[in-house]
Amino acid sequence: MPLTTASVPLPSPPPSPTLPRERTKYSSGGWGDTLFKNLTLIFALSILGIALAIAWELYKNSALPRHAFGWSFLTRQIWDPVAEDFGALPFIFGTLVSSALALLMAIPLGVGVAIFLAELAPRKVSSACAFLIELLAAIPSVVYGLIGIFVLVPFMRVYVQPFLMKTLGFLPLFHGPAYGVGMLTAAVILAIMIVPFITTISREIFLSVPIALKEAAMALGATHWEVVRLAVLPYSRSGIAGSVFLALGRALGETMAVTMVIGNRPEIMASLLAPGYTMAAVLANEFTEATSDLYVQTLIEIGLVLFVITIAVNAIGRLILYKMNPHAESH
Amino acid sequence: MKKLLAALMSAGLLGTGSLAWADALLINGAGATFPYPIYSKWFDEYHKNHSDIQFNYQSIGSGGGIRQITAKTVDFGATDGPMTDAQLATAEGWTILHFPTVLGGVVPIYNIEGVSGKLNFTQRAISDIFLGKITKWNDPEIQGSNPDVKLPDTAIVVVHRSDGSGTSYCWTDFLSKISKDWASKVGKGTAVNWPVGLGGKGNEGVSGLVKQTPNSIGYVELIYASHNNIDYGRLQNKAGKFVNCTLASVTEAAASVADKMPADFRVSITNPPGADAYPAATFTWLLIYKVQVNKDKGQALVDFLKWMLVEGQKYTQDLGYAPLPPQVIEMEKNAIEQIKI
Repeated sequence: MPLTTASVPLPSPPPSPTLPRERTKYSSGGWGDTLFKNLTLIFALSILGIALAIAWELYKNSALPRHAFGWSFLTRQIWDPVAEDFGALPFIFGTLVSSALALLMAIPLGVGVAIFLAELAPRKVSSACAFLIELLAAIPSVVYGLIGIFVLVPFMRVYVQPFLMKTLGFLPLFHGPAYGVGMLTAAVILAIMIVPFITTISREIFLSVPIALKEAAMALGATHWEVVRLAVLPYSRSGIAGSVFLALGRALGETMAVTMVIGNRPEIMASLLAPGYTMAAVLANEFTEATSDLYVQTLIEIGLVLFVITIAVNAIGRLILYKMNPHAESH
Repeated sequence: MKKLLAALMSAGLLGTGSLAWADALLINGAGATFPYPIYSKWFDEYHKNHSDIQFNYQSIGSGGGIRQITAKTVDFGATDGPMTDAQLATAEGWTILHFPTVLGGVVPIYNIEGVSGKLNFTQRAISDIFLGKITKWNDPEIQGSNPDVKLPDTAIVVVHRSDGSGTSYCWTDFLSKISKDWASKVGKGTAVNWPVGLGGKGNEGVSGLVKQTPNSIGYVELIYASHNNIDYGRLQNKAGKFVNCTLASVTEAAASVADKMPADFRVSITNPPGADAYPAATFTWLLIYKVQVNKDKGQALVDFLKWMLVEGQKYTQDLGYAPLPPQVIEMEKNAIEQIKI
């Protein structure tokens, strides 16, 4: 249930003197155009309407815990369904940390794969690989979860986590014991799940870089790496960022795969090897058997917090992008 | 995975069966997932003999079943834990009756390096492990009741259900009865604030984590453990005996509290007095309105309940459920008379 409204900003076309902007406004003035315009407007507004309706429903149906816990709901570290005492901080922490870690792994990998496929690989290899990567995005998340629990978890427990404890164990981030499941494992499975988003979109964007731009760089004596660094990447920056937002949206909202490997412990721990919990996971886990009104509404409030955080993270990302690249059209 | 299959199967049934429903009386119910396999078997068998009646049961969880029957959106509900007085009060004048249908047991499963076969757990051992007070497998409390096994000096990893479930309700209810500490610090519920351990989603998540994690212990439904050939331990009952979980010892648990059974059947049968009774067992209940506004549906439900108590019980053992003891069946037959059509 990714609650994201991320869209994919395409790179702004370079201003071309031969194509005046007015060109797009030419119209035959017939009823077809009016219909088309209004119809698409309705489509666009319906998205806004759905988002607002979701927000309103979540807000309306979480009145009990908002009155009972107030703002401290966001800062308290307690989850006791028996005593009906709830605080969401461990879940907020888990969602943000697992998604951030996943992005940290997925961005270099995803963009790297996209550069290889778009710039270096032979055309046939590139298309075949791109097809396979798109296929990865279509795998249901429960399948990732099963792969996670039966393949990734033992691998992490036997090889990765003991290695991290041995080499970086002086940092509290990598204190044991090695359970196999935990925050880091969840981040790895998330990273695998979101790489296809980053790679597929970034590859398309790299392929759309005007050939003249690359030839110009080559003519100036740039090496392959320099062409990518000086011509391809700057041109594609906002497009890559768009793919990252889309991936982040999926990571924040991912439920099934995460809950199967994160350990589901509502506690904030310094170690990345320790179990954690996310907002989406607790919703999936506890909603069906939540019986009291306060309990159900508390879970709905978690949904509201997830909704707000998803929007906030996306907005901040876009703001950073706009600051980085003020000439690009804001999306 | 089982749930996924069940969902796919029910989707398939909906697709093919919708034509046959056209002229049959459709009775809608929702609730517990634990008895779903036996309920769908019952409803299917019952429909074969009574082609004019069709049950539609959605296994959305006990919490959902209770919410739906109090909201009057279904004809009957189902739950793994009895409704509380507060929940019954929210049904606003509609009296809801509980009818036990079958019994289930919850068993401790473990994966200890170099140890195979059945372990015995004293009541103190099992509660202290889940409280995080016993942290090593070779703790005298565990080793003492397993003299033939050499338990290792390794840390215990506790695994519990992360999703709310009737299995957790039964397990925490059992722990609450045998440990004052557990009752005061944690309590019982479909989901609780676990003192220690990792959470696995569903029976498959718990057994998966236990299989994957050396020196771990968890708990699953008896049916799940026996269908998947997972070895499980014996629990010490109130009489002090270490009892293996079998369909017979689970039924015995219900039989041993039958003389103290309250009239509304809302009773926990964990830690019962019987010498051969398994201590972590539970009923699962159907929730039925006392006053049936629709005569046809009311009559159909009453007929079904009577069938379930006699014919229906014959299907239980094949599917891994423990049948009701005869005393409880007799009490229920009388209780059915309360339903006003």
